[in-house]
Amino acid sequence: MSETQSTYNYKVVRQFAVMTVIWGIVGMLVGVIIAAQLVWPDLNLGFLHFGRLRPLHTNAVIFAFGGSALFATSYYVVQRTCHTRLLWDGLAAFTFWGWQAVIVLAAITLPLGITQGKEYAELEWPIDILITLVWVAYAVVFFGTIAKRKVTHIYVANWFYGGFILAVALLHVVNSAAIPVSLTKSYSAYAGVQDAMVQWWYGHNAVGFFLTAGFLGMMYYFVPKQAGRPVYSYRLSVVHFWALIFTYMWAGPHHLHYTALPDWTQSVGMLFSLILLAPSWGGMINGVMTLSGAWHKLRDDPILKFLITSLSFYGMSTFEGPMMAIKTVNALSHYTDWTVGHVHSGALGWVAMISIGSIYYLLPRLYGKPEMFSVRLITVHFWVATIGVVLYIASMWIAGVMQGLMWRAVNADGTLTYSFVESVKASYPFWAIRFVGGVLFLSGMLIMAYNMVKTIAGGRSVDDALVLQPAANHA
Amino acid sequence: MDINDLRSIVTVVSLLTFLGVVWWAYGVKSNKKRFDEAAMLPFADEEADWAELGLDRNGQRKAS
Repeated sequence: MSETQSTYNYKVVRQFAVMTVIWGIVGMLVGVIIAAQLVWPDLNLGFLHFGRLRPLHTNAVIFAFGGSALFATSYYVVQRTCHTRLLWDGLAAFTFWGWQAVIVLAAITLPLGITQGKEYAELEWPIDILITLVWVAYAVVFFGTIAKRKVTHIYVANWFYGGFILAVALLHVVNSAAIPVSLTKSYSAYAGVQDAMVQWWYGHNAVGFFLTAGFLGMMYYFVPKQAGRPVYSYRLSVVHFWALIFTYMWAGPHHLHYTALPDWTQSVGMLFSLILLAPSWGGMINGVMTLSGAWHKLRDDPILKFLITSLSFYGMSTFEGPMMAIKTVNALSHYTDWTVGHVHSGALGWVAMISIGSIYYLLPRLYGKPEMFSVRLITVHFWVATIGVVLYIASMWIAGVMQGLMWRAVNADGTLTYSFVESVKASYPFWAIRFVGGVLFLSGMLIMAYNMVKTIAGGRSVDDALVLQPAANHA
Repeated sequence: MDINDLRSIVTVVSLLTFLGVVWWAYGVKSNKKRFDEAAMLPFADEEADWAELGLDRNGQRKAS
């Protein structure tokens, strides 16, 4: 029984949870700045122009904000559902400091124009190697903890986290393969259309595994916990897991419709993207139906509001995605702001909102408080964020469809009806609305930071949560 | 063997794999118990919840 006297490692969870909020603010601030640069081009100052800052924004929100949220929640969930302390404190600490180093290096190199030029994989090869080391350490800590679990079963949330960790390792190593020519310059190991296909195999699975599977892990733990009832159907979650990871791997070619990629590859990508609707919605329904019979909790629990609204946005964007992957729809939507709207419906509505809900769940627990400093401010945050997302995606839908229609419009004699710059000019009002939506979402994060600081103040770092033998029904 | 045979085989094997997963999840009677147990895992250590929230062993969440 000596094992029961051990405690959970919450230090690393705390560190990542706090950094989630901080990197969220930084990443979204850069997003607001580049949104402003599109509306007011004079804001493109020196080398801090849109082209340099845009990859900084995407890297900061995906890998710094989203990544920290994934580390924090996965380390918490795996300990609590395995009834054991995290495998190796030192290695877990290395993943924290190593990941922060990656983020800082990204913030330095990207504005300087040091880049591999691959979307969401811009970081140059020395940073890629550091990412690999951190990721291997992450896998050792996570799977090592599962290996020494005190319960028979591996809870489904851990399956999703585990799938995310393994798939991201594979994607990163394959897509980042490059020939270095100096410390700050390398060339891809692939050429031509193969390079493009590897990139978008990576790119779409970054969405599927980094931005989906990991956050579904969050869903399967924090939605049941906050709702106070087990997941709607555990059997559905099993089918959900295997169907999702099998299908996602093949959807990447839809990023390369009407390019030099062979037609059959494009068709495979389109087909698998359409199939993907089924597991995505199966998971979404499983999460939402967990509240079945307890819908009243949604009325006065802002954390549940965040979690369940995130699932609504997940359902929306996973319906929109397969539609946009249809080649004829893609002919209209590709290269327009519709894509940007789609991505943010997923990134702000789904990824950010489920992370925010989960972090609000965690913060009081990590600092020994019964609840956040102000539950009212969570509600305020929720509405500010929701209005921000709606403004953002609605304006981008309108701008995107308009751009697509203007670009394809032809006169009777076959000449183009509009020049490109006319579509840019017509987009300005919608870019301004998008800027407002972004400012609202960022404001929500600032409210969260205030609430977090007030919650931490006077709290204590909980390092004495005892690891207990699981309840009687478990071996 | 023609490559198209291989493609057909992969498609059929994939479908069977999927049906196998569905059968394993829904059809195998003995799995029901283990799934029900696994579904309760997040609730198996509520004492740790109380400790985190600064409440005693008999404590209830203040806001519910």
